[in-house]
Amino acid sequence: MMAIADLNINDMVRLQAVPPDWPGGFWGHWLFFTVVIIGFVLTMVMGVIYIERRGMGRMQSRLGPNRTGPFGLLQPVADAVKVLLKENIVPTAADKLVHWLAPVVAFAPALMIFAVIPFQNGAMLADLNIGILYVVAISSVSTVGVFMAGWGSSNKYSLLGAMRNVAAVVSYEIPLVLAIVGVVLIAGSLSLNQIVLAQDIPFILLQPLGFFLFFAAGCAEINRSPFDLMEADSEIVAGFHTEYSGMKFAMFYLVEYAEAIAISAIITTLFLGGWRGPLLPPWLWFIIKVLLVFFAMVWTRTTLPRIRIDQLMAFAWKCLFPLAIINLLITALQVLAWPAGLPWVVVIINLAIMAILILIWSKFFFKLGWGRIEV
Amino acid sequence: MALKTEPFVLNLGPVHPSTHGVFRMRATLDGEVVVDIEPVFGYLHRGVEKLAEQRTYTGIIPLTDRLDYISAMNNNFAYCLAVEKLAGIKVPERAEYIRVIMAELQRIAAFLIAVGAFLNDCGAYFTPFLYMFREREKIVDLFEMVSGQRLTYNYMRVGGVSQDVPEEFWPALRKFVDEMPRFIDEYDRLLMQNEILLARAKGVGILTKEQAINASASGPVLRASGVKWDIRKADPYSIYDRFEFDIPTGTVGDCYDRYRVRVEEMRQSLRIIKQAMAQIPSGPVRAEVPHLIRPPVGEAYARIESPKGELGFYLVSDNSIAPYRCHIRPPSLINLTALRDMVRGWKVADLIIIFGSIDITVGEIDR
Amino acid sequence: MTVALSGKEIANQILEKFPDSIIESSEKDLVVKSESLLDVATFLKETPGLDFNYLNYITAVDYYDHFEVVYMLSSLEHNHSLVIKTRCYDRENPVLPSVVGLWQGADFQEREIYDLMGIRFEGHPNMKRIFLWEGFQGHPLRKDFM
Repeated sequence: MMAIADLNINDMVRLQAVPPDWPGGFWGHWLFFTVVIIGFVLTMVMGVIYIERRGMGRMQSRLGPNRTGPFGLLQPVADAVKVLLKENIVPTAADKLVHWLAPVVAFAPALMIFAVIPFQNGAMLADLNIGILYVVAISSVSTVGVFMAGWGSSNKYSLLGAMRNVAAVVSYEIPLVLAIVGVVLIAGSLSLNQIVLAQDIPFILLQPLGFFLFFAAGCAEINRSPFDLMEADSEIVAGFHTEYSGMKFAMFYLVEYAEAIAISAIITTLFLGGWRGPLLPPWLWFIIKVLLVFFAMVWTRTTLPRIRIDQLMAFAWKCLFPLAIINLLITALQVLAWPAGLPWVVVIINLAIMAILILIWSKFFFKLGWGRIEV
Repeated sequence: MALKTEPFVLNLGPVHPSTHGVFRMRATLDGEVVVDIEPVFGYLHRGVEKLAEQRTYTGIIPLTDRLDYISAMNNNFAYCLAVEKLAGIKVPERAEYIRVIMAELQRIAAFLIAVGAFLNDCGAYFTPFLYMFREREKIVDLFEMVSGQRLTYNYMRVGGVSQDVPEEFWPALRKFVDEMPRFIDEYDRLLMQNEILLARAKGVGILTKEQAINASASGPVLRASGVKWDIRKADPYSIYDRFEFDIPTGTVGDCYDRYRVRVEEMRQSLRIIKQAMAQIPSGPVRAEVPHLIRPPVGEAYARIESPKGELGFYLVSDNSIAPYRCHIRPPSLINLTALRDMVRGWKVADLIIIFGSIDITVGEIDR
Repeated sequence: MTVALSGKEIANQILEKFPDSIIESSEKDLVVKSESLLDVATFLKETPGLDFNYLNYITAVDYYDHFEVVYMLSSLEHNHSLVIKTRCYDRENPVLPSVVGLWQGADFQEREIYDLMGIRFEGHPNMKRIFLWEGFQGHPLRKDFM
C-alpha cells in the first residue's frame, strides 16, 4: 500500500480492471456476480461464526467448540443443520403476515449491500457511481424488518427490543454518514471502486477520527457489543427475535452476521484500502482485511460491558455527532489546502487532532446518560 | 399537549436468563422507566422449616446445605453454632480453625460468583464470569479434597467437623492463597475503572444509610451504604476475635459500591485464612457428642456473617431428638425488602443491574 | 460483643411508661401483651439510650394452645440487642398489630408468618400469602397441619 513501492503494481492493476461486461455480456456478468456474492456471504458467515465462537472462547480462557470436525471447524454447519431441523412455532396472537415477512425484509438488504463492494478492481456486481450512497440507503431498510419482527410477535419483550433498535439505528445513521462524507471528500467520488483506487495512503491513517466514528457507529447499527442492548441476553431474553424459531430464526441469525461482514467490508473498502496489497491476489487481501476488522469487533464484544439505551442515545448525539462535524470541517479545510492530494504530514496532524479531541470531549463535554426519573 | 402514555406490566418471569434462580418480578413500566415492582416468591419453596421438625439435629445439616447453595459451608456453620449454643457443647480448637478456614474460603467462592454474575448482568458477555469461575474451580477442588463434594458439602457437624483435612490440603491451600491476590488485582485492573461499568453502576440504585437500617439489610448491602457493621467484628462468634482484618465500607450505597465492597472483602478473607493457617493447632476435630443429641428445653439464636448477610438459626428445643421449631433468618429475603425503593425511577436495564447487585440466592429466600 | 440487654431491666423501663403491658420478663426476653405491642415497639425505637432501630428477625412458634411471635431488635450504634415476644391465644383467627410502620424490614417476614402460621398482621400494606399460592387451604407450619 506504499505509494512508491507499488507504482508498477498500481499501473498494472489499473490496466487490468475487470470490465463491466465480463464474462458473457451484461447478463453473464450479473449471473456470475450474483452467484459469487451469495456464495461469498454464506461462506463468510460460516467462517465468521466459527471465528467468533472460537475467538470468544479463547479470550474467556475456555476452549470454544472443538468437537465437530477438526478444531471445531464444522461447528457452523452443525448450527445450520440444527436450526433448519427445528420446529417453526408461531405464537397464536401474532400478526401472521408481518411475522412471516419480517426476516425477509431484514435479510434482503444485508445481501444487497454487497452488490457495490469491489472484490478486485472493477470486480463487483454493479459499479454504481453513487456506490456509498446506495449502501447507506439500503442498510436502513433492515431496520424496518426488525421493527416488523418486534411488533408482529405480540410479545412485550420483542416490542421493547424492536423500539430500542429503531431508536439506536436512527441515531447512529448520522455519525456514520458524516464519517463517510469525510472519506468521500478526500477520494473525490462516491463510487466505491474509485475510493479504493484513490487510497495511495490508506484512509485509516488520513482519517483516524473518521475510522473510529465509523467503527463505533457501525457496531451500533448492527447491534454488536457494547451496543447490543437490542438483544441483550440478560435483560429482555432475546429482544426482537424471542418468538422466532426454525428457519426464520436462522434468517435473523444470518442477518446479524451478514451485516457484520457488510460493515467490515465497508470499513475495509473505505479505510483500509480494499483489495490493494502486494504479492497476494487482490480478493485474498480483501478477505484477510475483512476478517481482521471482524476480529476487532469480536475483541470489543468480549471485553466491554453493554451500555443502557439512554446512554446509547447520549453517546450518539452528544459525543459522536459533534466529533463527526468537527472531523468533516477539518477534512474539508485540508482538502482545500492540498487539492492535488494529501501529503504524509497530514497523517500526523490528524492523529494528533483525534487524540486531543477525544480526550477533551470525554473529559469535559460529555456525560453518559441521565439518572433517576421521579415517579 | 403532553403525549398520553399508559404503563404496562412486564413479567420478568421465573425462567429468565438473569434472575439468579427462579425468581419472578412483575414490573410496571412506563416506556422504559420502572414505575412499580412486585416480587413474587415461592417458586423454590420446599418447606425446609417444617422438614427440620422431623429430622434429628444431625440430620438437618444436609438440609441446611441446600439453603444458600452457593455458600453451603456457611450455612452448616451457622446451624452447628446454634445447636452448640442450645446444648452447651464446646468445640475443640483445631475444629474451630478448620471451620474458619472453610467459611472464609466459601466466602471468597460466593463473592466470585456474585461479582461475576453482576458483571454478566452489566453485559460483559461472560468474560469476567468465566475468569472468576476459573478461580472458583480451585476453591471447589479444595473442598472436594475435604468432603468429597463440589456444591453441598455436609462437612460440619455439631461439635466440630466430620473429619480431619487430608495431608495434601495444606500445600494446595498455601498455593491458592499465594496466587489469589494476583488474580484479584487482575480483575481490578480490567474492571475497576472501566468507563462503561462506571457509567452503568455509579450512582445507580442508591440505598441510603437510613433506608438500609430501616429495611433490616445486612451484609455487603448494608456495608456499601456506609454502615460499618460486620457480625464477625461486632458480635464475634467462634474464634473470629483472634484474627485481624478490616471491614470495607462504601460511601454512597450504589451498585458500584456494593461491587467494590465484595471485591475488597475477598482480600480480607485471604488475610484471615493466612492467619488461621499459621495458628492452627493439632488435636481432635470433633467433640464427644452423642449420635442423637437431646438438648435441654430452651431456645437459642446463633448468627454468622454469611456472604449474603446475617444468617441466623433460631432453634427451640423440647428435649427430644428433633427440634421443636427451626427458623432460618434469610438474609436474601430481607435484603430484598428495599428493592422497590431502590428501583423506582430507573430503567429496565438498571432494574436488572440493581437486582443483581443485591445478590440473592433463591434457595435461601424460599427455603 | 453485642450486649443482650436484660429483659427485666427493660421491662421496668417500659412499665414506667406503659403500665400493665408486660406479661412476664426474664433475663433473656420479655413478653408483651399484644394490645400494647405497637406502643412498646415505638417506645423502644425512639427512646434515646435504647434506639432499637434495627429489626433482626420476626418469627412465630406454635405452642399448641397459643402462638408466640418473637422479635429480635438491636441497635447498631450502641451494639446491644433485645428479644421481645408476644402471645396470641386465638387459634381460628389470630391477629396482631403490624410493625411495618416502624421497621420496613418486617414487610416480607410478617407475610411469611401469615402464610405459614396463619397470624394476620393489622396495618400491613400487603397482607397476602408469600410462598404458597392464593387459594391454598391451611397453614403448613402449624403443628396440627399434618
